[in-house]
Amino acid sequence: MAASSTPVVLAILSEEDSYGYAILQRVRELSEGRMEWTDGMLYPVLHRLERLGHVEARWEVAESGRRRKYYAITPQGRAQLAEEREQWQAVDATLRIMWRALVLPVSAVRRAPVPMAQGA
Amino acid sequence: MTIPAPEHEVALEEQIDQWRGYLRRRQAIQPVDVAELEDHLREQVAMLVDAGLTTDEAFLVAVKRMGDLDALSREFAREHSERLWKQLVVSPSDTGASQAAARTDAVVAFCLAAAAAVAVKVPALFGMDMDEDAGFYARNLSFFVLPLLTGYFVWKRHVNSSTVRWLALAFAAAAVFANVYPFDPDSSTEALTALHLPIALWLVVGIAYAGGRWSRVEGRMDFIRFSGELLIYYVLIALGGGVLTAFMVAMFESIGIDPEPFIESWLLPCGAAGAVVVAAWLVEAKQSVIENMAPVLTRLFTPLFAAVLVTFLGALLWTGTGVDFDRDLLITFNLLLVVVLGLLLYSLSARNPRSPRTAFDAMQVVLVVTALLADAVALWTIGGRITEFGFSPNRVAALGANVILLVNLAWSAVLYIRFLRGRGSVTALDRWQTDYLPVYAVWAAIVVVVFPPLFGYA
Repeated sequence: MAASSTPVVLAILSEEDSYGYAILQRVRELSEGRMEWTDGMLYPVLHRLERLGHVEARWEVAESGRRRKYYAITPQGRAQLAEEREQWQAVDATLRIMWRALVLPVSAVRRAPVPMAQGA
Repeated sequence: MTIPAPEHEVALEEQIDQWRGYLRRRQAIQPVDVAELEDHLREQVAMLVDAGLTTDEAFLVAVKRMGDLDALSREFAREHSERLWKQLVVSPSDTGASQAAARTDAVVAFCLAAAAAVAVKVPALFGMDMDEDAGFYARNLSFFVLPLLTGYFVWKRHVNSSTVRWLALAFAAAAVFANVYPFDPDSSTEALTALHLPIALWLVVGIAYAGGRWSRVEGRMDFIRFSGELLIYYVLIALGGGVLTAFMVAMFESIGIDPEPFIESWLLPCGAAGAVVVAAWLVEAKQSVIENMAPVLTRLFTPLFAAVLVTFLGALLWTGTGVDFDRDLLITFNLLLVVVLGLLLYSLSARNPRSPRTAFDAMQVVLVVTALLADAVALWTIGGRITEFGFSPNRVAALGANVILLVNLAWSAVLYIRFLRGRGSVTALDRWQTDYLPVYAVWAAIVVVVFPPLFGYA
């Protein structure tokens, strides 16, 4: 799962408590379909955030009568979100400058794709 | 909303049952996660049916969107390492290949155990006698067993060759320091070396055990789990060995043969060495069969130790008498701190980091804090009189170990209290404990390398 999953999930939970399916719906809605996650992969991410203390989980009985696991952001999670926000803004600002410098080469790269070295 | 016909409902339930069955076979995905995923799947299906698909189509799309089960269970295993521990070695499936691998593993382990048993007797070929050269045997105890144990994990985890070189170098350096110093006969520095060398070298075993995962908290935590289980298995094997020996003595004496020389010079030393490797193999092979024992014992003894410590502190305050200082006081308190640390470690190692605070967590904090207070009283008493008694090597070694344990437990108490007040997570505690592991080894290495010359080999 991409590194961006942490801020995305925390940001959605900072709006209101939610559960897996609804979180994915919200991601699709907000990104207008540009971010597509494999559904199941969201859950290990949620469990990791829970372990780190960024979110808390509780089981509730939904209106459908099924038991459903709801997640809520913790104060620590909000602090993490603020931190992530700063980091991603820095990344975004840096990339914007780089994209501007790369306006022409982008089309050249498309014609002849260069294999990139594998990063961690 | 379209209302599906009842037979569709039945078919969907059957399909979901089947899918649930597939998920349950994955060890890393537990029933509670299956329930969470199933809720997701059902909601997805309902949405798709609302959008006009038949239940069959909806089910297929929903399962497809959930993702590949192998990839999913890998992701779960990575996140839930405490579950991974149970399936670390034992293959999840009972295929022919995995059975063959288990057999090879057993053969290698028993060969190494036999090698350890033989290694104990090798010095005898060069005229070393177990009674007369007891000092030599005590100092070199680690070298009969630990290199073979390390070798087992190097083989098993496919440790890379540069790491193997470092491990070998560590053993070589240790062997030099254990044997070059001109110790006085029956000196305390020699006894300290014998005691501390295995502690320092246990870290080397740990690096091989973790096999590349040493830099990660989970890798070191697995090693802590392994060490606890190993100790328990070793004690069980020793008990069995004791029963065997008792029968041997009784039976052979009845026919007029005295088995004691054989037991003393062969069965006991060789068995004790080989049993370490066998115990390690058992922990590896059986960890999914027997639920971890150390955490169970922890659950049992944490309240009891907490009660003893609270009563002790209460009695100390009530009677108003100081702690009676004698030579063994510091050793007693060191052992107490080790036990408390063990209770803390093994409740942490089995703790689900996600589960909320419980009364047991509060009990742990009481245990740690009372142990710290009791130790502070002891240190206070000793601190007042250390100049009077002088700095012997034993006293300095005991004092150093006490400080190391005290620092660990004090910061653990801080982290634990933070967690209880909802301002931190158990993960911080795990990280602190696993990061602290090298400190013990470094201190033990200092005692082995620096103490003998510092105290004139006395």
